Amino acid sequence: MTSTPVASARAAPFPSAPQWRRARGLLRSWLPHLGWTIVSVGLFAAIWELCWYFGWADPRLLPPPHVFLSDLTGQAKFFNTAQRWQVGVDSNAGPSPAVAVLITILSSTMRVFAGLGLATVISICLGVAIRYFRLIEHLTLPTITLLAPVSPVAWLPVAIFLFGIGNGPAIFMVFVALFFHMILATITQIDGVNRNYINVARTMGASKWQIYRRVILPAILPGLLVVLRFNLFGAWMVVLIAEATGVGFGLGQVIMMARNTFNPSLVFFTIVIIGLLGFGCDFLLRQIQRRILYWLPNRTAGLADV
Amino acid sequence: MSEPAICCRGVGKVWAAGTERAHEALRGIDLIVEDGEFVVVLGPSGCGKSTLLYLIAGLEETSAGEIAAHGVPVTGPAPDRSLIFQETSLFPWLSVWQNVSFGLSLRGVGKAEQREISRQVLFRTGLTETFDKRPHELSGGMRQRVAVARALAMRPKVLLMDEPFAALDVQTRAKMQGFLLDVWRESGASVIFVTHHIDEAMALADRVVVCTARPGRIKDIVTIDRPRPRDPFASEAVALRRKLTELLSAEVDRAFAEQENVAIA
Repeated sequence: MTSTPVASARAAPFPSAPQWRRARGLLRSWLPHLGWTIVSVGLFAAIWELCWYFGWADPRLLPPPHVFLSDLTGQAKFFNTAQRWQVGVDSNAGPSPAVAVLITILSSTMRVFAGLGLATVISICLGVAIRYFRLIEHLTLPTITLLAPVSPVAWLPVAIFLFGIGNGPAIFMVFVALFFHMILATITQIDGVNRNYINVARTMGASKWQIYRRVILPAILPGLLVVLRFNLFGAWMVVLIAEATGVGFGLGQVIMMARNTFNPSLVFFTIVIIGLLGFGCDFLLRQIQRRILYWLPNRTAGLADV
Repeated sequence: MSEPAICCRGVGKVWAAGTERAHEALRGIDLIVEDGEFVVVLGPSGCGKSTLLYLIAGLEETSAGEIAAHGVPVTGPAPDRSLIFQETSLFPWLSVWQNVSFGLSLRGVGKAEQREISRQVLFRTGLTETFDKRPHELSGGMRQRVAVARALAMRPKVLLMDEPFAALDVQTRAKMQGFLLDVWRESGASVIFVTHHIDEAMALADRVVVCTARPGRIKDIVTIDRPRPRDPFASEAVALRRKLTELLSAEVDRAFAEQENVAIA
């Protein structure tokens, strides 16, 4: 990386001082964040509990948090959907409840990241190629624009035709739900690059390839990371739809089973898990964003401080 | 007899030629800039002065006439003709020294040599302390100085400047003009400097080229041979300012009248 000599030159006289300052700054900036997150969620839960307390919310339909969070092991048992559909498997066979929850969470998360990763890499490559080569634009852009508005639900049968049952259709669904939008977003980002940047590089004798690699790619990176963060939530939504139908296990499958067995507690319990996972992924992505976009002042690092 | 730094002959530019939105930005520009000369192009807003710079830089193609740099026809951008923009154009993802050595890195110059040349250029331009900084840590004036340093690192024979100080406050602008004159004297490059500011033109130029309203043509060329730094309140300066103001205000009136006609039509 080009920044290495700079970093070492800066860090040389006082190796620990910047790190210490950064750690303290992080702590100071995250404490209020954490506090407000707790207050916000707590407020929401309190309103729900009040509705239950005054009898406005029927606990059989809208069980409040203290009900659906009280019996964790009982809820966790339902996650053991891994082998149920196989003939001759005892309903108590399989992993313990805690392990079952873990397997379910990991498999859903894996599908989200696989789909998101594939969609990101391929759409950025293709988006750049569309702007780089006119021919590729002519060959692909009309089709992409045509397919972009198709709802993920419409792709569901296609996913099953193509990949049957398993991880394949879920990953494909996440991919296809994000891919077209991310391509169009990449192209928009490229078109929005400050002309001065490109002209500066041109007057210095940069080739087209150098302009793309040295100017356009770093210039669109902040915007792409924001797009990626928005699409992360989209990926979580789509993976549930895919899992509800095309996969043997996963969080979507649990929700589906809860619906079929009329188990609202399990629905809300699963929603809490999904919420926590999405929140965690977003946090992770924000940290990555800060790391990669070292050149932006903190205030404008995408949506980091919004 | 050596070739002039820049030679424009009958240069014209029509934007969006052949379409409904076609409009003529420049017409019949004949201009010769000698080696080491400081030429200021003065004209009302939207008269095509920036277009002229883009044509000389080779970023856009002429619609008529031809441009030669040191006798060689301009067919595209070249590192010996550096363009400096009004807005900051430093790459925010690179540190100051990496910005300054950007052009060198495009040519495949080694890292150590890049750093060394950046160090020298930043030293010469009084920016040594910014070496490791990021552009967003600098003030507007400092950023434009780094932009000048970046251009100088390419050892240009011609510096093209498109209202580089227009976004700066008056005090910073005056400082920057002094800075630019120092840089110009030291580098020996020719400068073509575009502005709509009469005082700026008077402080800097060997020759002031006054442009007409659109389409831009050369209305008059005024030679200033007073030594720099120039006292803006000397009696010759007052007379010169009156002359330039009269030349320019006629064109500003025409530009306004034209805009009103467009609005009525």
